Amino acid sequence: MQPMTTEQIRVLIARGKLKDTLFQGLGIICLSIGLLVIFLLVGDMLMRGLDRLNIEFFTEFASRRASQSGILSAWVGTLLVMLVTAAAAVPLGVAAGIYLEEYAKRNWITDIIEINITNLAAVPSIVYGLLALGIFVYTFGFGQSILSAGLTLALLILPIVIVATREAIRSIPAMIREGSMAVGATRWQTCRYHIIPYAMPGILTGVIIGLARAIGETAPIITIGALTFIAFLPPAPFSATGVDGASAGLFDWVMSPFTVMPIQIFNWTSRPDPAFEVNAAAAGFVLMGMVLTMNAIAIYLRYRMRKNIKW
Amino acid sequence: MQTHDKPQLKAEARNLNFYYGQTQALKNINMPIYDKKVTALIGPSGCGKSTYLRSFNRMHDLYPGNRYEGEIRFFPDNSNLLSADVDPIEVRMRVGMVFQKPNPFPKTIYENVAYGLRVRGEKNKRILDEKVENALRGAAIWDEVKDRLQDLAPNLSGGQQQRLCIARALATDPELLLFDEPTSALDPIATGAIEELVHELKTRVTILIVTHNMQQAARVSDYTAYMYLGEMIEFGKTDEIFIKPQDKRTEDYITGRMG
Repeated sequence: MQPMTTEQIRVLIARGKLKDTLFQGLGIICLSIGLLVIFLLVGDMLMRGLDRLNIEFFTEFASRRASQSGILSAWVGTLLVMLVTAAAAVPLGVAAGIYLEEYAKRNWITDIIEINITNLAAVPSIVYGLLALGIFVYTFGFGQSILSAGLTLALLILPIVIVATREAIRSIPAMIREGSMAVGATRWQTCRYHIIPYAMPGILTGVIIGLARAIGETAPIITIGALTFIAFLPPAPFSATGVDGASAGLFDWVMSPFTVMPIQIFNWTSRPDPAFEVNAAAAGFVLMGMVLTMNAIAIYLRYRMRKNIKW
Repeated sequence: MQTHDKPQLKAEARNLNFYYGQTQALKNINMPIYDKKVTALIGPSGCGKSTYLRSFNRMHDLYPGNRYEGEIRFFPDNSNLLSADVDPIEVRMRVGMVFQKPNPFPKTIYENVAYGLRVRGEKNKRILDEKVENALRGAAIWDEVKDRLQDLAPNLSGGQQQRLCIARALATDPELLLFDEPTSALDPIATGAIEELVHELKTRVTILIVTHNMQQAARVSDYTAYMYLGEMIEFGKTDEIFIKPQDKRTEDYITGRMG
C-alpha cells in the first residue's frame, strides 16, 4: 500500500472533524431540550405563583379562600416527614451497605440480596404505600401519622441509600483497608476509623438524592391517609397541649396527623376555582426550591468532606 | 560455619503451600528467618514472593478462597502463625507490614502513627505522644514532620509517606516487619533513605523484605532467598548467594540472563 499523501491525510482529517462537529451540535441540542423544559416549567410556576409568594403564604394554614391560603401545615409536615425518613433510612441503609461490603461472604445468598435491592429501587411507590398501610398504619397501629409516612418513605429510599453506601465503600482503595488490618485492627475498627468516615461524602450524596426523591412522593402518602386539609401543627416538644396544663412529650409530634407539600399542591389543582391554581404554582415553586436547596447542601457538604480525603 | 555467629531463629516456614482457589501459588517452602537480621526475597514477577510475605501476617485471610498448608513457626514461643486456632488479628499485632505503594490514611500525620496504638486501646495522651515521637524518630522522619504533626499525611512526598508508614508499623513494636517492595514507587533518593532505614532497623526488629531490585537485596540484606514459580530455589547468606550461587537458576537470574 502506498503511503498517503499530505492531501489525502488532510481530506481524511477534515471528514473526521466534520463528524466531530455534527455530534457536538447534536449533543448541545439534546441537552438544551432537557434544560429548556425545566427552565420553562420553573419559570412558568414562578410567574403564575409570584403574587402569592409572600410571608403570609408560609405562615398561614390552608383556607377555603384562595387568597388567604398558605402552606404552613404542608411545609412543616414535609420537613417533619423528611426528618423521620432520614432518621430511619440512614442508619438502616448505611448499616446494610457496610454489612454487604465489609462483612458478608460472597455467595449465592448475597447475590440474590444484591439483585433484590436493585429491584426494590424500581418498585412503584404506590406499592410501598399499600405495604405501609397494612404494616405501619394497621398492624403496628401507628395510624395516619408522620411516623407512618416517614417510615414508608424510608423504605422507599432505603435501596438508594444502600446502593450509594456500597458504591462509596467500593471507591475506597483496598490498600487503605489492608493498611488498617495490617496493624491488627478488627473489621469493626477498620469500619469505624476508616471505611465510614471516608465513605461519608458518597453516603451523604446518596441520602440527599433519596430524600429529594421522597420529598416529591405523593402516592404512598395518600395511600396511608395523609389529610388534604389540615389547620393545625403537630405538637412541638414540651408545648402546652391544653389538657389540664399537660405538655407534649419530646416525640408526640410523630403520631400527629399531617399533610405534605405535594398533597397540598394536588389538592389545590383539583379545585374548580382557578385562584387556587395560583396557590398551587406558588407551592410548586417552593417545593422545587426545597429540592434544589437540599441538592445544594449535598454538593457543598461533599465538597467540604472530600477536600481532606485523598489517597 | 562457626557456631558463635549462628543467629537465633525468629520464624521458620515448614512445608508451606498456598492456594488461591485451585491455583497453587507456593510450593513446599522451607526457610528460616533469623532474628534481628534482614532477609531479602528475590525472584522474577509472579514467582510468589509477595504471596509468601503476606502469609506471615495472614493478609490472605482477608479474601475468600485462599488456603494455607504447612506451618510458619514463630519463635520464641514456637507457635504456628498459620494455625486455625491462631487469630489473624493476633498475628498482625506481632507482625508489622509496609506496603508496595505508600498507603497513609487520609488523616493527620499524628493519627496515622497513633492508629496502631489506638486499636490496642491506648488512650493516654502522654503515652501516645511519646510513642508517636519514638516511632517517627525510628523511621527517620521526625525532624521533617515534628512541626506539622497535625497536617494531613497524604500531603507528604512519596518517600516521606513511606517512612510514615514505617513509623506506623514501628509504633506498636512488632517482632517481625514485612516490607513488600517498599521502594518500587519511589525515586532513587527516597529509595536510598528507606534502604538506610532498613539497615538501622535490624538492630531492633527482624526484617523480611521483598524486592525486585537485586542491588537492593545485596545492599540491605544479610540473607537472601531466590524464588521461582512458587518454589524456594535457594536460600543463603546474601554475599554467598550473590558471589557463588549453588543453583543454575539463581545464577541465571542474578547475572541477568533471566528475569
